[in-house]
Amino acid sequence: MTITETEGRTSWFIACKAEDVPVNGGVCVKYHDRQIALFHFARRGAWYATQNECPHRNQMALSRGMIGSRDTEPKVACPFHKKTFSLETGECLNGDDYQIKTYPVKIISGLVYIGIDQDEN
Amino acid sequence: MKIVIIGNGMVGYKFCEKLIAKSSPLSFNITIFGEEIRPAYDRVHLTEFFAGKTAEDLSLAPADWYAEHHIQLFLGDPIKEIDREKKLVHSVRGLSLEYDILILATGSAAFVPPIPGVEKNGVFIYRTIEDLELMKQWARKSKRGAVIGGGLLGLEAAKAMLDLGITDTHVIEFAPRLMPRQIDEAGSAILKNKLEALGLKILTNTNTTEIQGDESIRAMQFADQSHIEVDMLVISAGIKPRDELAKLAGLETGQRGGIVVNERMQTSDPNIYAIGECALYKNMIYGLVAPGYEMAEVVADHLVGGQKSFSGFDMSTKLKLIGVDVASFGDPFVQACDGRTVVLEDNMKGVYKRINISTDGKYLLGGILIGDADAYNMLLQTAKNKVILPPNPEDIILGSRAGETSGDSVSALPDDAIICSCETVTKENICKAVSLYNCESVDEIKKCTKAGTGCGGCVPMVKDLMLHTMAANGKYVRNTICEHFHYSRQELFDLIKINQLKSYDDVLDMFGKNDGCEICKPAVASILASLWNELILDKGNATAQDSNDRFLANIQKGGTYSVVPRIPGGEITPDKLIVIGEVAKEYHLYTKITGGQRIDLFGAHLSDLPAIWKKLIEAGFESGHAYGKALRTVKSCVGSTWCRFGLHDSVSFAIQIEERYRGLRAPHKIKSGVSGCIRECAEARAKDFGIIATEKGWNLYVCGNGGSKPQHALLFATDLDSETCIKYIDRFLMFYIKTADPLMRTAPWLNKMEGGITYLQNVIINDSLGIATELEKEMQLLVDNYKCEWKEVVDNPELQKKFNHFVNAPNEKDPSVQFEPMREQKKVADWR
Repeated sequence: MTITETEGRTSWFIACKAEDVPVNGGVCVKYHDRQIALFHFARRGAWYATQNECPHRNQMALSRGMIGSRDTEPKVACPFHKKTFSLETGECLNGDDYQIKTYPVKIISGLVYIGIDQDEN
Repeated sequence: MKIVIIGNGMVGYKFCEKLIAKSSPLSFNITIFGEEIRPAYDRVHLTEFFAGKTAEDLSLAPADWYAEHHIQLFLGDPIKEIDREKKLVHSVRGLSLEYDILILATGSAAFVPPIPGVEKNGVFIYRTIEDLELMKQWARKSKRGAVIGGGLLGLEAAKAMLDLGITDTHVIEFAPRLMPRQIDEAGSAILKNKLEALGLKILTNTNTTEIQGDESIRAMQFADQSHIEVDMLVISAGIKPRDELAKLAGLETGQRGGIVVNERMQTSDPNIYAIGECALYKNMIYGLVAPGYEMAEVVADHLVGGQKSFSGFDMSTKLKLIGVDVASFGDPFVQACDGRTVVLEDNMKGVYKRINISTDGKYLLGGILIGDADAYNMLLQTAKNKVILPPNPEDIILGSRAGETSGDSVSALPDDAIICSCETVTKENICKAVSLYNCESVDEIKKCTKAGTGCGGCVPMVKDLMLHTMAANGKYVRNTICEHFHYSRQELFDLIKINQLKSYDDVLDMFGKNDGCEICKPAVASILASLWNELILDKGNATAQDSNDRFLANIQKGGTYSVVPRIPGGEITPDKLIVIGEVAKEYHLYTKITGGQRIDLFGAHLSDLPAIWKKLIEAGFESGHAYGKALRTVKSCVGSTWCRFGLHDSVSFAIQIEERYRGLRAPHKIKSGVSGCIRECAEARAKDFGIIATEKGWNLYVCGNGGSKPQHALLFATDLDSETCIKYIDRFLMFYIKTADPLMRTAPWLNKMEGGITYLQNVIINDSLGIATELEKEMQLLVDNYKCEWKEVVDNPELQKKFNHFVNAPNEKDPSVQFEPMREQKKVADWR
């Protein structure tokens, strides 16, 4: 029952209501076989989405991680071993050679839309 | 204002110095009359005159000094009369001078007992440089000497005799012991031995009845009919205040001498002050220089409009008498009814130490040190400042003994010690990263060395090493929590408490910057829980919790959770065991008995947690807080109810303790154990606090842990009743909670504590910081506010909504979770 709409090369789907996401926290969104971690970074008035899987030990856990910042970089820490990743670039901030995927997010009328590149669909 | 000072001794000089320092030039017109021909000199070190010092060496200030400060100094011209009506003084040489304020600093004279023959040649007093010069001349033809007076001054004089080359010298003391005003009998005996070893002959209990000889002294006759032959005698039997001028002028004086003064050092004539050894304050003559200086300060201050007053003075002294340390401080002779006494006596080394302690054992009242007075300053400060004593006060004179090292911190580890065993990183690697590559945060060290990138268990140690190394390299180190809070945990704890903050966001807004992170969030959340004990998922704090706390269960490999219901003391009924079995079967959970005598149920999906809790709660269980930095378990042996060796009911006590502190959040997890006898089956000494039964009660041990650096808990207090034991644990835990760094367990906390276990005992048992009541109150608040967190979720459908893996597919479980069978149960698929 996923509703999508297309805009350029990005197709947007409604993930959930904005209020379903804890303030300054994350949830896991199911999109077909994909798990996407969605974060409401209320302190910055920003929303971020990344893959839910932490590449360190392949755990579906980033959505349960704590978010925060390093200098000005917004980040999430995996609850397993506290690897941290930039919410903007997906880069691992601990110096490890990991990269996570990020997704665009927009809020329209209280609904959270996550954008998927059409090439990936 | 015209000020006239009578007397140019040490105190009279000091008064000038102080008055000049306090006032603007020429606001006082100062005149001094001195009896001696020299300006003021250091009488305290008079004996050094014989050891080669000259009168100039001993001088406090040259004559020029007085001129420079426009002080008129008349030496060798004592005042013979004070005309109070006309405010005039008349000198022996015929000078008359007006005064507005008159200062009597006339000092004291040697007290010469009325012994027949005292006027003979070869009999000296020991007071001025003139006396010393006369002694020096006489000593050339003398062979046998004696000193009357075994007090401080007498022994100084005896030293002078030795310095003059009269090795055959007697010290004659009327009292039964030497230095009767400062030291006790046993101390005197040690001192006597030491002095006799140096060649002095000491006669105590000896009353001189006659000084024999024709014109010059030849022998001394004593009351017990014995006599000694001497050709030189120094009388140093005490002092008498020089109050004759004051008496003549009609000022009030004491019965046994001394010019009566008030707390401003004013005599019965408010324009006349008396200071130093001539002043009698509250019936006491202060025969030391320090109180004399204090009196000078009071008067100088008064004359420039100050409010200082004299309120007596500590007569503690430390001196080297003929190479022997002698010190006496506070009240050296406490009576048995007023306090307790600890004595160390070593006849071999000639060391005697006595300390007097208040009856309650808290305070040092005074003491005596002979032969070794190194501890004098420390002890004097301890007594003066009413510092609370450690539980074993004898340690302060014995020094700490073997087995009581103050604990080991990381700095004590060898260079090749493996700090991070996941990545095999040594201490040296980490120190080098700090020193050579300028890593100044744990993150940088992680990048540089990989230490702490595996399980992360070594991170606190890495941080310690980093801080140590930085400090060793001379860098300013502030143990702040993270980049978002420029405070230590302890500072933040106090700030949050004072400002009554209840949510992470409020704390960040008020005291932090930017957005926080995975370090400060759980640290602050833990502080909030330790302060208020409100539901940790309330007030927006859920997302500031580490994943385990946020979901009230332990995240395990694969992303499922384990559930540990509380089983206080490890005691469980068959019915409850059956319920655990049923729940495990229903939700396909792997079951294992933990190290803490509980049962862990593994492999629970996030969305099943509330239902699992509901079943457990219905059967009478509650949360075991296995997921929290909180009290985990209080392990117990079966104790006296079943065990033939058991002394007390360890299970009941363990249950009582576990139920008291359940849910208590702290900087790190807390474990405890209660053993019913010394066989220690509960392994209580491996716990943060452990209790072991004794014949008389409970022994309490603190600050042990297993883990990567095992450490036995240290004996904290013995033979406690249950109530006292709990009181101490209340204080101990609360003190730990308030002062430890984030994720620091009690063992490293103690290792880093200055003063170690003794300090901790002092704070907790003796209440040296005066916070015991507060600590108990704070703990009671936490105990009273306890609620089972699982029940809060089970009773609250809104909270339950958060326990789903997918926000947009609440009924679906995480499909990535994979299990494999193993020994009739299941295990999670290995890391990929």
